[in-house]
Amino acid sequence: MLETLQNLYLGFSVALSPVVLFYAFVGCVIGTLVGVLPGVGPLAGISLLLPATFGMDATTALVMLAGIYYGAMYGGSTTSILMRIPGEAASVMTCIDGYEMTKRGRAGAALAIAAVGSYLAGTLSVVVLMFLAPPLANFALRFGPPEYFALLLLGLLVLAYMSTGSMPKSLAMAAFGLLLGMIGIDPMTGFFRFHYGLVELGDGIGVVPVAVGLFGISEILLTAGQPTPPKVIKPRLRELLPFREEWRASFGPIGRGTLLGFLIGIIPGSAHIISSFVSYAVEKRLSKHPEQFGHGAVEGVAGPESANNSATSGAFVPMLALGVPSGPIPAVMLAAMMIHGINPGPLVIKEQPALFWGFIASMYVGNVVLLILNLPMVGLFVNLLRIPYPLLYPAILIFAVLGVYAVNGSVVDVWIMAVMGVLGYLLRKFDFETAPIVLGLVLAPMLEMSFRQSLRMSDGSYAIFVSRPIALIMLMVGLALLLLSLRPVFTKAMDWRRSLGIEGKTSLGEEKKI
Amino acid sequence: MFTTDRTSGTVLALFALVVIWQSQSLPFGTFWQPGPAYTPVLLAFFLLLFGALIAATGGGSERVAAVGWREWRHAAAILFGCAFAAFGIERLGYRLTVLLLLTFLVKGVEKKGWILTVTFALGLAFGSFYLFHTILRVPLPRGPFGI
Repeated sequence: MLETLQNLYLGFSVALSPVVLFYAFVGCVIGTLVGVLPGVGPLAGISLLLPATFGMDATTALVMLAGIYYGAMYGGSTTSILMRIPGEAASVMTCIDGYEMTKRGRAGAALAIAAVGSYLAGTLSVVVLMFLAPPLANFALRFGPPEYFALLLLGLLVLAYMSTGSMPKSLAMAAFGLLLGMIGIDPMTGFFRFHYGLVELGDGIGVVPVAVGLFGISEILLTAGQPTPPKVIKPRLRELLPFREEWRASFGPIGRGTLLGFLIGIIPGSAHIISSFVSYAVEKRLSKHPEQFGHGAVEGVAGPESANNSATSGAFVPMLALGVPSGPIPAVMLAAMMIHGINPGPLVIKEQPALFWGFIASMYVGNVVLLILNLPMVGLFVNLLRIPYPLLYPAILIFAVLGVYAVNGSVVDVWIMAVMGVLGYLLRKFDFETAPIVLGLVLAPMLEMSFRQSLRMSDGSYAIFVSRPIALIMLMVGLALLLLSLRPVFTKAMDWRRSLGIEGKTSLGEEKKI
Repeated sequence: MFTTDRTSGTVLALFALVVIWQSQSLPFGTFWQPGPAYTPVLLAFFLLLFGALIAATGGGSERVAAVGWREWRHAAAILFGCAFAAFGIERLGYRLTVLLLLTFLVKGVEKKGWILTVTFALGLAFGSFYLFHTILRVPLPRGPFGI
């Protein structure tokens, strides 16, 4: 405990230094803007701003990128509440009751509760992160290649299991992402795989062009040509104070949202999105008046907003303690760490205490900054939505090209981004999730290396994966998840008429797809 | 009947077969001592399996023709813009490429007025160059006449 407090003191000495404090503020402002603007999620925002961190030291860069991540969670609520436009995917649930509150003249209260909930969740979850990450990293030092292989495989399976779409589709996307990660020089033999004459592919395909293409460009392709922006409602400062009953109704959901969000954040997947959905469902289930949900229930704002903020801290646990990303955003942040010469893994906490504790402390500071930014300055951020989309998307496109090109100074990356943009556009049209591709791409080299190292260790015996208890447990959990989620696929497939897509008549006489 | 799942599943399965075919040029190794082609082939096999599963169970999904493609003209123009950016950024330099790309998108695609287009394009091209290249020291290419 005392050691933790000493470390935290070190962290605050880093986080409160003028340079770090300035970039934490910049990250929070950019994150809020990213959250407010529909079509630019935190992933695209972090990817685009990655080159801007090249001139900074690792701590400052990581603090700024994290600021963008949790800033986007705060900012996303603003447009959800005021305009029913989710600035980013995690704010979808806030739209439902947040906008209903706005229609009833309680926009200010909804914004205040979302901001305070996010602040409390963000701060409390950082406390848990602070106490959980170091012991987890110590535990991870016992991991050898078989345990890492099992952990990475489990991560991919959990991601597929937690995804909202179908499991075979998510697994196919994960396999596709892993295959993309096979491009480049094989680290164990030096063979150059799938290069097609492009030397730039020697280090493999970068995460940034793939992420920006799949998320940023595909979003632009899907949304360009849409109608003009909707009406903007600006609440006045004096309307921001919620009633006493609203506060009272919010504390439970904020507490539960914080806990749920953090736990879901640790699990691989699009944690901040899933956590807000789960929190909304839990609050509706626990409510004495579930019928009010969808009609302006304050719990429907407080719970999901707290959960998605708490999930961001949760997602940093495996990233900082194990060097394993739990989703595409931590994956890009890991890439940023590597660009700045930091080797992610359990040793980061011991070898780079200033970075780790400075990062933790900056999250406390960042949450305060965001609370200040998001309440009095809400009207200012909302004004951004007055920018017509025909001007906004070309600007986003330029920043995408700039961001991707600047990482390696390579035109090949810009082409990869364009190809991934088309792929993301088609995949989203065909109802596929693209997050597993990014995670697969990041995990592929680690997964292959740990797999082949394990077999070297055991002289080619696959029993090594089941003879070590930690690896065995993780593989068993993964297998159980796989079987559980594939069950509906097989039971559905038994209906041969459905699998052939034959049209039929229901008992009511309506024609429908069976 | 072409449904979204059947089409996408088939494409994924075909892609997996291409990967397996392409992996022939690399040493496969053995089951006990995997070579550079082992993992790609294994992953392609899984992709083939999932692709086939998606295609086989995808009869009830939406028909490809029913998927809305209203925005395809805009999408094609934006993609052309991306391709132009990739082609031009090192040949024409960052500022000139951005200037031309923004003019194409704002004037050509979005049919905005010339004054707005030129102001916006010049502002963003030179403003972003100043911010990233001059202030943040991100190396960006210059084109003819040092522009």
